[in-house]
Amino acid sequence: MRHGLSLGVGPVGFRIGSAWPGPIAALRGLYAGYPEAEDGIADFTVRLEPNRPWRRWIRPSIAIGGDHRLPEAAPLALAHGLLAAEMGMNLQMALGLRRYLLLHASAVERDGRALVMTGASGAGKSTLAALLGERGWRLLGDEFVLVDLAGGGLHPFPRAVSLKNAAITLLEAEAPPERFGPVLEETPKGRIRHLRPRAEAIHRMAEPAVPALILFPRYGYDKALRPVGAAEAFVRLTQASTNYVSLGEAGFRALTGLVTANPACAIDYPDTDGAIDLVETLWANLDA
Amino acid sequence: MTGPLYRADPPTMRLAVEAEGLTLLYHRPSGMTHVLGPPAPELLTALAEGPADAAEIVRRLRQHHDLQDDAGIEAVVAARLDELEAAGLVSRA
Repeated sequence: MRHGLSLGVGPVGFRIGSAWPGPIAALRGLYAGYPEAEDGIADFTVRLEPNRPWRRWIRPSIAIGGDHRLPEAAPLALAHGLLAAEMGMNLQMALGLRRYLLLHASAVERDGRALVMTGASGAGKSTLAALLGERGWRLLGDEFVLVDLAGGGLHPFPRAVSLKNAAITLLEAEAPPERFGPVLEETPKGRIRHLRPRAEAIHRMAEPAVPALILFPRYGYDKALRPVGAAEAFVRLTQASTNYVSLGEAGFRALTGLVTANPACAIDYPDTDGAIDLVETLWANLDA
Repeated sequence: MTGPLYRADPPTMRLAVEAEGLTLLYHRPSGMTHVLGPPAPELLTALAEGPADAAEIVRRLRQHHDLQDDAGIEAVVAARLDELEAAGLVSRA
């Protein structure tokens, strides 16, 4: 393709090609300081190309392609090229990754131990991870958690955090402006702005963490906390995994290992500060 | 024996993890994951001795478990066996 970028995020290498220079320039800015794919070899290729040849110039619209693709995916406006690239990377991971158990979840680490958060879209897992990542925790990832199939450790995948709507304002008060990407207005997911994690998260992206606590947060409810048993956590996490079924026995071993070795809690919270307090309290009492 | 005979794959065809009173079970031949509550795991264990009907399974269960002397117990076991058959974990021999 005419324009391209090699990008290493944790153990995964991407090659992103684009028919237009804009999305690649935006990616270079957002991912400043990230390494290239190891040895220049990409695990996944993402292609941003016109969905019809003339769409490169006339009302340009981007079709997301690559090694794996969804035939029904709607094209995006060129102005949303950065979002298209991010969605393309997500798609390749969700459809193609087999080396790890992939959970649709966020994770942060402190003292080598990791907190995993998962929930439906809008539950706040991304926002909470981003906030904790600015407040002394190391962001492991806001979208995907990679569980090692042999040892059960969590491999960082610290891509730029995708902030939506109110979470943008919240994080703009926490992180310096140079770590933000452009504001993308009126995308299919609303207003979006990406945040590059703190430098520590990028420098330590090859360092796995040991899971210690699993949370199922839910935003917009009165503050509540409920312990979740291992069987329920297992079922909820199979639903949060994009590749559990295709991994077969290896996925079963990794996931049962995760849920039987770690406590899990469902937390409801009315506001993010309340959630951060809950998380810190739970974390402080982890070994009590 | 009077009722239908049931059989199950040998225990080596299953991976089972206990989780707070439930059993998380991976069935190797099908690649399916199941969450089982009692007495389903016990029925699979009883079938490890070989195919059996409900009456024989009750007899095997009594060797290891303190079951009530209830005339309806065979019907309960038969119903659970039908559920396990629907889940693909046991079949008619």
